This record gives sequence, C-alpha cells and structure tokens, in this order.
Amino acid sequence: MTDPMSEGSSRVNQQARVPQRSGGTPLELADDALIAAQRLSEWVARAPTLEEDVALTNIALDQLGVARLLLQSLGDEDELAYRRGDAEFRNCLLVELPFGRARGDLDFGWTVVWLLFLAAAQKLRYEAWDNEVAAKAVKESAYHLDHATQWVIRLGDGTSLSRERVQAAVEELWPYTHELTEGIRDDWLSIVEPVLKEATLVKPSHDTWRPSGGRSGRHTEHLSYVLAEMQALHRAHPGVQW
Amino acid sequence: MVTPYDVVSKVVDPELRVVTIAELGILRDVAQEGARVVVTITPTYSGCPAMDAIREDIRKALARKGFDDVAVVTKLSPAWSTDMITPAGHEALHRAGIAPPGSTACPHCDSAKTLQISRYASTPCQALRRCLGCAEPFNAVKTL
Ligand SMILES: [Zn+2]
Repeated sequence: MTDPMSEGSSRVNQQARVPQRSGGTPLELADDALIAAQRLSEWVARAPTLEEDVALTNIALDQLGVARLLLQSLGDEDELAYRRGDAEFRNCLLVELPFGRARGDLDFGWTVVWLLFLAAAQKLRYEAWDNEVAAKAVKESAYHLDHATQWVIRLGDGTSLSRERVQAAVEELWPYTHELTEGIRDDWLSIVEPVLKEATLVKPSHDTWRPSGGRSGRHTEHLSYVLAEMQALHRAHPGVQW
Repeated sequence: MVTPYDVVSKVVDPELRVVTIAELGILRDVAQEGARVVVTITPTYSGCPAMDAIREDIRKALARKGFDDVAVVTKLSPAWSTDMITPAGHEALHRAGIAPPGSTACPHCDSAKTLQISRYASTPCQALRRCLGCAEPFNAVKTL
C-alpha cells in the first residue's frame, strides 16, 4: 500500500500543506468546505419547510463555492475532488458525520448544531487567513453562523422534544469539535458557549474522548460513503462535463 | 463606434434580469490588449451558479459586435459587497419589486412594515420578506 500522505501530496501544489496563521492548511479548509457541501446537499428537497430547504441548499452552495476556489488554487479541482481516495482527504471528522446517529439519518436539530460548530470554526479560520478566497468566505460564514445560531436557540429553548434532539446532537458532536477547533479552541468557545447558554443547552460533562485523524487522512467509514456518492459519476465517466 | 465596455456593461444578470452586471457591481474592468478584449468580473457569492452563464453572455454579446478574441477573468479581491450596486441598480431593483440592499420597505406599496419570512430566497444574494401593508411577498437583496 502506498503512503496516503505522499500519494496525496503528488496531486496538490506546495502551498496546499503550508499551515496558516489560522491553524489550518489550505487543503484542510478546502476539504472541510467540500465535504460539508456534499453533506448539506442531502437536505435538497427534504428540509422541514420550503424556506429552510432553500436556506440549506444555499449554504451548501456557498461551501461548494469556497471549496472550488480553494481547490483551483491548489491544483486541478476535478482531480482533487473526484480522484482522491478517502485517505487523501484532509477534512476534519465532524464534516463527514451523518446528520444523526446512524448513516442515512437526517435530523434537522442535529444539522443546525453541526452547522453552528462548523460555521464558527470556519469564520475564525477565514478571518485569520490573509487570502482573497477567505476574505470572501468570511462574510458567508458569518451568515451561516447567524442562521445556525437562531435555529439552535429556537430549538434548544423550544419544546421538550426539540430541546431533547438538539441536546443529543450537542453531546454526540462535541467530542469531534476538538479536532475541528485545534489552535482556535478558546475563540471558538467564546462564540459557541453563549449560544448554547441562551438555548438552555449544556455541554457534555465528560470531555476526554477527542476523536481525530481526519487531518492526517484517517477517517471514519462515513467519508467513504460520502465520496462514493460524490465521485461515482466522475469515476465512471472520467472528465465528464455537464 | 461601439466600445467593448458599451457592449459588456449592458449584459444583464441572468438571475436578476432587471439589472446589468455593471449596475450590480460585478463588472470590474473591460480592457483591450491588442485585438483581445479582457473582461474582469467578480462573483457576488463564492458559489454563485450564475457566473458561468454570465461569462457565456459576455462572450456572446461581444461576438455579436465582432469582438471574437475575448478573455473573461474572475477576480475575487476586493470582495464584492452590496455597496458596489450602483444607484441606477438600486432603482432598477426597486422598479422590479425587489427591495435593494439596506432597505426593508415594501417595493410594491412602500410600507415600512415588513417581515422577514426567510433568510434565503431564490438566489443566494436575496432574502424573502412579506409586506404587512399590502400583504404581498417580495425578495430583498441581502446586505453583504
Ligand atoms: Zn406592500
């Protein structure tokens, strides 16, 4: 078996793996956005209301837009998106998880908690990065963060059922936020904690299990399913265009 | 004589068809380098799906006037903001029933009493609102 690290580096330029002041590399930020876009697209035509369908689809589109611009700056975007294997992706584990406990789940409360955690981290990393793609993306992330914040508060401080579901999501997703926020943890907490408080949600009391590995290409099985769907067409018809 | 700028500045946005790309502030520059026309545009949102259509429309419009050697360049910096929409663009949006950025008044009856129904609408750059005066819904360009 070839070393996934060296295999991955052959497809991207020098710049892709240079750590930024924001703590992430361009490839990590690109892959976070790309996999988040693919995950969010599961909501197309399935959201609880038409308005929310449009919202989640637009957020997916923003994520895809940033991913494409970043990948274009790192190499051939199609090659990078469609031809890398799972071990060559550098996204954090959080973005590849399903929107619920099991594969195929599509829980709206879970999704808005996921988006709150992700958008807060993306906003911080884009803000700290002197890059024209990031300068554009930071405005979009701020809007995603605001959208997720409003929903988390509404559902957390809502009915007993809605609270139960977003609280469960906070507990299940919290361990993965350590990898997501490496290097920016304190700033991230200062955004997320007040939202959880206003939403009457509580952080898990046990905070020692901190799964990671995404940044070095060791992913959960969920990424393989995401990639299978995302890459199937391109692998069957290499170079296909719309 | 028709200049390339005259031609390109009249290209309308494929989604907000009431405003031109110049009024919307996404047309950055039109330059001639010998026989070649170099058009510089900037996206509203990173993932704006209209960018491909805009590039195509620019090429077609120029080709119709005999400019066949065209390069369309995308420039991200400075990032687009709704401040780049011109006063003429604001008027055109309002006339078409779309609240321009910075305004939440109803473009149909001018009532100031309106509600946001959805933070996103038919394009990434708009939100959906409803008027409490005339009860009509309308799109509003989000301030960015
Ligand atoms: Zn009205």
